[in-house]
Amino acid sequence: MSRLELVKRTRTDEIRSLLRTERFPHIWCPGCGIGVALKCYAEAILKSDIPVEKHIIVSGIGCSGRAAGYMRLDGYHVTHGRPIPFAVGLKTARPDLEVTVFSGDGDLLTIGGNHFIHAVRRNDDINVIMINNFTYGMTGGQYSATTPNGARTLTSPYGFIEGTFNVPYMVAALGANFVARWTPLHDRELTRAIQEMFKIDGFAFIEVVSPCLIFGEMNNIPPLEMLKHFRKRCVIDHDADLSKVGLSTDPDQPIVLGNFVRRDRPSYQTRYRELMEKIRGGGGGRG
Amino acid sequence: MSQGLLKPGVYFMRGNHACVEGALIAGCRFFAGYPITPSNEVSALMSRRLPQVGGYFIQMEDEIGSIMAVLGAANGGVKAMTATSGPGFSLMMESIGLAAMTETPAVIVDVQRGGPSTGLPTLVGQGDLMQAKWGSHGDYEVVAYLPNSPQEMFDLTIKAFNTAWAYRIPVIVLADQVVGQMIEKVVVPPHEEIEIVERKRPEVPPDMFKPFDSKYLVPPMAVAGEGYRIHVTGLTHDDRGYPTTSHEVSQKLVSRLVRKVRENEKLIGEWEEHQTDDAELVVVAFGITSRSAMRAVREAKREGLKVGLFRPKTAWPFPHWALRKHVERGADILVVEINMGQMVRVVKEHFANLVKIHSMTWAPGTVPPPETILAKIKEVYPR
Repeated sequence: MSRLELVKRTRTDEIRSLLRTERFPHIWCPGCGIGVALKCYAEAILKSDIPVEKHIIVSGIGCSGRAAGYMRLDGYHVTHGRPIPFAVGLKTARPDLEVTVFSGDGDLLTIGGNHFIHAVRRNDDINVIMINNFTYGMTGGQYSATTPNGARTLTSPYGFIEGTFNVPYMVAALGANFVARWTPLHDRELTRAIQEMFKIDGFAFIEVVSPCLIFGEMNNIPPLEMLKHFRKRCVIDHDADLSKVGLSTDPDQPIVLGNFVRRDRPSYQTRYRELMEKIRGGGGGRG
Repeated sequence: MSQGLLKPGVYFMRGNHACVEGALIAGCRFFAGYPITPSNEVSALMSRRLPQVGGYFIQMEDEIGSIMAVLGAANGGVKAMTATSGPGFSLMMESIGLAAMTETPAVIVDVQRGGPSTGLPTLVGQGDLMQAKWGSHGDYEVVAYLPNSPQEMFDLTIKAFNTAWAYRIPVIVLADQVVGQMIEKVVVPPHEEIEIVERKRPEVPPDMFKPFDSKYLVPPMAVAGEGYRIHVTGLTHDDRGYPTTSHEVSQKLVSRLVRKVRENEKLIGEWEEHQTDDAELVVVAFGITSRSAMRAVREAKREGLKVGLFRPKTAWPFPHWALRKHVERGADILVVEINMGQMVRVVKEHFANLVKIHSMTWAPGTVPPPETILAKIKEVYPR
């Protein structure tokens, strides 16, 4: 065995140690991007200075929501749309934990949209990895708030007409401290972006634009074609004009990726602790 | 207001405020809530008091966010609660089911107003009795306390925390607008005399620990960041917390979730009785209604009627075993409540066909006056 192979094997073992492999095979389709994103999350945990025991994963409902169940961490798989407020409560009460929400577009931006925008506004000190596969995969492929206009889904058989969130533009406008977009084809960049999230005090967000077999099937894109589609269309531009990075099904339109926003607005949790120290220090209280 | 916990002594205090001070003494260090009448005094005082005692307050974007933040904090090992009223209580239902399924302790204060829907935000109601028990889908059991004074807003909030953390269940303080907002004497006993219950902690190393070990009725609870690396899910799960569709596991899990309360109902259930020993008619009333009923019962006795008052302090479990004594003596029952007949259904469930069970329903958004209850007592009094 060469030295390189040995290093690789050790690394794989380390990543496996973070997975509940006894629960495999997982539920995700072959060709789905969620597993790659989860591996990047595991890799980022291993590279972080934070002890594994302090990393917490919170997921909602849906394909991506199953992530919490496959990580060998304290993992919470909660109600549909509600991982963010659960994570906010956990992080506020336990500032020592590194809390990451790992869920999908339907969960976080559709049913959970209200919690999402207010968590960004408060600048809650949580990390959010959102798999955007444009659809509700687990329930058969209905449209979500990120389905591109014109796309066919189980509930938009004639093409989607509602309108689509430009996710990085919205999250940046709301004031998040970190906003990035990557795909499972960019695993190194994605891992580094997740490592970056861990260092941020405040709301840190990554949209992982992911191939989905259910979505592809309904739009006549075979799995392999979909990956080629991603490779062909992806453009890295960290300084992109975010008003122009909305996703469409047009094969000639780029999928713009990058680490778009890095800010240092103090988090709600930091501001609260400062306030608490002032109140307790000033009043001479016991408690 | 003192900076630390409220010192022992006698206070003149609003019910909703007594609830806050009781919660803090019980160890509550996290509150998440959303504005709603008539529970607002709880969140207002919590926002002032929690930072003083080193705790965390957050006003969330809605009641779903509030209860979910409470469940997050509780899974971090911090005692947590929320307070709301009818519409907000409705929004919390799905998450109360999550708390029951994941065995997350939490305290939910519901200061009941008149309903349904937006109803009577500033007026009293007791119509959430059944919702407190059955509001979320599927089978589970909760405990709900029925305070009838600011003193009990203090005492029963502390009990609610103890019960929630002892049994790993959501516990509801089912107050009402009058009890929440009235101002009365509240006695705070020496803190060392107040029983405080903490979670049962894991006693085995992480590799041997099963977070939902079915060999226990109430498994020990590991919290986030302790190194147990547990999986917690609202899906039907096995002893390790892993999702499963196994029929056997589902049967075992759901049975255990309800047995936690059913098998301990006599330990949890509480009630109070007045002049019931030889009563030929027992009036059953709870919360603020019991105060009016008490006056009516005393008046009836003065007029020579053998009438007593039975006041459940827990709606769930309903203390049916205590009421049974009077049924076996042959006493008839009159249930008085500010709703269209919810507790009377429970009484009928236990004692139908054994004695006469009468019901006085009430929905104008007021407390039924003693004279109205007295008139009803005279109307149904056995002769």
